[in-house]
Amino acid sequence: MNKFLLASIATATLVLSANIDAQTAQEKGLAIAKEADRRDLGWQDSTADMLMVLSNKQGETSERKIRIKSKEVAGEDNGDKSLTIFDSPKDVKGTAFLSYSRIITPDDQWLYLPALKRVKRISSSNKSGPFMGSEFAFEDLSSFEVGKYSYKYLRDEEFNGESTFVIEYYPNYKHSGYKRLISWIDQKEYRVLKTEFYDRKNQLLKTLEYQDYQQYLDQYWRSHKMLMVNHQSEKTTDLIWSNYQFKVGLDDSSFNRNSLKRSR
Amino acid sequence: MSAILANYIIRFRWLLLVIGIVSIGLAGLGATKLGFTTDYRVFFDKGNEQLEAYESLQNTYEKSDNVLFVIKPKNDQDVFTEDTLRAIQWLTTEAWQTPFSTRVDSISNYQHTRAEEDDLIVADLAGDELALTPSSIEYIKSVSLDEPLLVHRLVSPTGHVAAVNVTVKLPGKALDENSKVAQFSANLKQELQQKYPHLEVYMTGFVMLNQAFQDASQKDMGTIVPLMFLVVLVTLGILLRSITATFATLVMILASIITAMGLTGWLGIKLTPPSSSAPTIILTMAVADAVHVLVTFLQHYHRGMNKFDAMQESLRINLQPIFLTSVTTVIGFLTMNFSEVPPFHDLGNIVAIGVTAAFIFSVTLLPALILALPVKQKLIVADKSNSMDAIANFVIGNRKKLLWGMTIFAIVSVAFLPRNELNDEWVQYFDESVDFRNDTDFVLENLTGLYTLEFSIKAGEEGSVSDPKFLKTVEDFTQMAEALPEVIHVNTFTDTMSRLNKNMHSDDASFYRLPQERELAAQYLLLYEMSLPYGLDLNNQINVKKSATRVIVTAKNLSTKETIALENKLGAWLVINGQGFEFDVASPSLMFAHIGERNIVSMLGGTAIALVLISLLLTVALRSKRMGLVSLVPNLVPAFVAFGIWGIFVAQVGMSLAMVAGMTLGIVVDDTVHFLSKYLRAREEKGLSVEAAIRYAFANVGRALVTTTLVLVAGFSVMSFSTFSLNSDMGVMTALTISIALIIDFLLLPALLMTYEKEKQDEQVSTRINRDSDASLVG
Repeated sequence: MNKFLLASIATATLVLSANIDAQTAQEKGLAIAKEADRRDLGWQDSTADMLMVLSNKQGETSERKIRIKSKEVAGEDNGDKSLTIFDSPKDVKGTAFLSYSRIITPDDQWLYLPALKRVKRISSSNKSGPFMGSEFAFEDLSSFEVGKYSYKYLRDEEFNGESTFVIEYYPNYKHSGYKRLISWIDQKEYRVLKTEFYDRKNQLLKTLEYQDYQQYLDQYWRSHKMLMVNHQSEKTTDLIWSNYQFKVGLDDSSFNRNSLKRSR
Repeated sequence: MSAILANYIIRFRWLLLVIGIVSIGLAGLGATKLGFTTDYRVFFDKGNEQLEAYESLQNTYEKSDNVLFVIKPKNDQDVFTEDTLRAIQWLTTEAWQTPFSTRVDSISNYQHTRAEEDDLIVADLAGDELALTPSSIEYIKSVSLDEPLLVHRLVSPTGHVAAVNVTVKLPGKALDENSKVAQFSANLKQELQQKYPHLEVYMTGFVMLNQAFQDASQKDMGTIVPLMFLVVLVTLGILLRSITATFATLVMILASIITAMGLTGWLGIKLTPPSSSAPTIILTMAVADAVHVLVTFLQHYHRGMNKFDAMQESLRINLQPIFLTSVTTVIGFLTMNFSEVPPFHDLGNIVAIGVTAAFIFSVTLLPALILALPVKQKLIVADKSNSMDAIANFVIGNRKKLLWGMTIFAIVSVAFLPRNELNDEWVQYFDESVDFRNDTDFVLENLTGLYTLEFSIKAGEEGSVSDPKFLKTVEDFTQMAEALPEVIHVNTFTDTMSRLNKNMHSDDASFYRLPQERELAAQYLLLYEMSLPYGLDLNNQINVKKSATRVIVTAKNLSTKETIALENKLGAWLVINGQGFEFDVASPSLMFAHIGERNIVSMLGGTAIALVLISLLLTVALRSKRMGLVSLVPNLVPAFVAFGIWGIFVAQVGMSLAMVAGMTLGIVVDDTVHFLSKYLRAREEKGLSVEAAIRYAFANVGRALVTTTLVLVAGFSVMSFSTFSLNSDMGVMTALTISIALIIDFLLLPALLMTYEKEKQDEQVSTRINRDSDASLVG
């Protein structure tokens, strides 16, 4: 379905629903998700730098530096394309990872290993594993797409002084590591402020807080500080984002196998 | 002194009764707070070196306990059939619902990697969406039985059994966490067997071990304590021949136990298998107190004295000896605080509280009850002729032979003492009636071991686990360890590395070797990590900084000695061939392996202190340094002889036996006290000759000593019915020591006295006669 159509339906639903209690919690949750998605449409492409700081219970820390290029892809079945380039640790410098995110099927992914000088396609249905040994799973980092979850609106709540919708998400992907997620979305800008992740046995696994939101191109909000706490392992991972740039003119040729080798 | 106290006790009996009931009630309320601990780690003190090493290792990698399900098709087919594979898939999926689970491993979700041209395919080896055709089953079989990470861990080399390992991380916030996991797992097993009746299912792992500890405690409480009550009832019935007296004794014993266990609850002490034998021991000790009071009371009462006078007389005679023997018993049990094993501190302290309570109740509650209740008076003219005379005559007639005979007996027994070998194999703590023991034995025979040594080998700076020199060292270490006959399995990530190298070279078998460059190895690792699902990551093998790796060596059933030998062998290899890489080694097996020795050393200190204290007490009580010295022989020799006999017949010494010497010292000393004090009274008050004094002592306390010894031996023998070997060993050993003590008091002590006194006769009599000799001090 056309995203504009989707968006307008979403808006229409939302407007209509303003005073209608008859709307079910599922419908309201979906409408909020769609509105959040609609507001983030049209950024085309972007680049950013990410610093990842891993800490364990004893306070030992470890850092990884990564650059990410992303391209928006329209359509219901596909998520965005992204190219991830590892700058540190130095043993993996130059390693590049290309991913075509999919909604309910496994992503397409390729990895370029400079030490082997070859591109390898990775065939795996696993989106639930940790990203570079961190507390973020692949599925936590990939782009948000409405079709990835089904929804349920829970309640309105104050969070850090802002009015938020509290929405429950149920993953549609069979191999997801989660039973459900709960997100706090601010009612003004539809930004996710906090997400709780519940594991397959429905026990609270992780909490992610999004801080330091900045707006780009007068429309797109990006968090620059994402703090993940794993309640079971008591490890944490902080993602510090910088250098966001939008509409830098990345085309499809920047996101194919050949681009992987060139990408350092 | 005793007479005045006895007077007061009788005058204020009603008040004492009320105070007693109120304080029992208050203390007893604490029993509602009693709980059972569910963690094998309680056997180790906070400062225990091996425990700390293991905790730090677990913090670096992953702190975890586990449940290991092992399944075997009943028809003796291998596990590579559609039915059995579906069962493994089902269990693997369902096990994710286990409370606190962080990881589930089996051949079905094993992350199999293979190459297809330039594709690296990472997938469950036998995922549930896979159609199980004969050819795919054959493929699963060939991969499983060829994968070093799986064989001897999750599948047996012939494929006749397979396992699903569930890793849980208990938050340690509530006491019932372990039970929740065990309960869930037991239900899962039941469901599995209903769905797939063609399978046998076994369960082991640390969660089950913890559960077995708890079950053992509760089972002991449920079976041993009632059995003990039965023994006591019978003994008392025969001994006292009075319903009222038996009833009053039971009440007084119950009061002692309730008080001790209640205070335990108030103090927040959690019960463990060792400390759960406290009620049995208190019961035994309390009976001895009651017997003394009641036997004397009934004796006088049946001779025609009125109830009050009879009781007053009994209290006058018994107050001090019961007090003294209670004090020595308390000292004996308190020596358990010197142990390295905290549950034994608890056992010692709970029993010490119980013995103290038993003393107080036996001179307050017990007389008050007897006086309040009707007691039938059966007039008896005099004591029957004393069978003890025969023993006395025999001992006196065979002085020399007995002295030499007993000495030789003691020396021969003690000669076998070095045969005893320290051994704390925790699987063998449980006897064959315990499911955990049977299941674990099955797993040990058919699949893998539970005794592990975990090495953390450190590569140096961040990321250096990929250093080829380090990888080579770890691989060499692995191969060396695997070649040892006592090693079943070595879990190492170098196997994964070699496999990835092969995958990255189009599955060319000649590339099944470690990558030769650091960058390449690091990039393989990254690639592999990126393709693993939730819960199957490498955090349990490589630390956050990628600067160290954990290698888990699984050994066969090893004794403590063999475990330490293996630790030393592997450690020495790393020191010599380890290229300077540092390492730590730790594991539960090592914790248990090292505690035996440390425990014995500290218990020796505790026992020595008890010996000094008790000997001092005896010297004061007997008012004679010499008698204090003579008493050392019957007090010390029994433990030595008992350990010698143990060396002949059993020769395996677990951590609980180290307690026996100190603890029995406090008990066997009673016999010596009673015998020597009667002997001294005869010598001093009545001016009898040595032989006559020995006859007097036999005639007056011989029967009482035999009966109390019988009660004690019966009590501790009942402990041998415990399914928990630490308790049953302790019971047997204590019963043995107490029996030997009586034999020595009867056969060796008189011979010693005669030999000793003949030499010293003159000076002794002259110095003694002048003293104020209220020998009734000790009965």
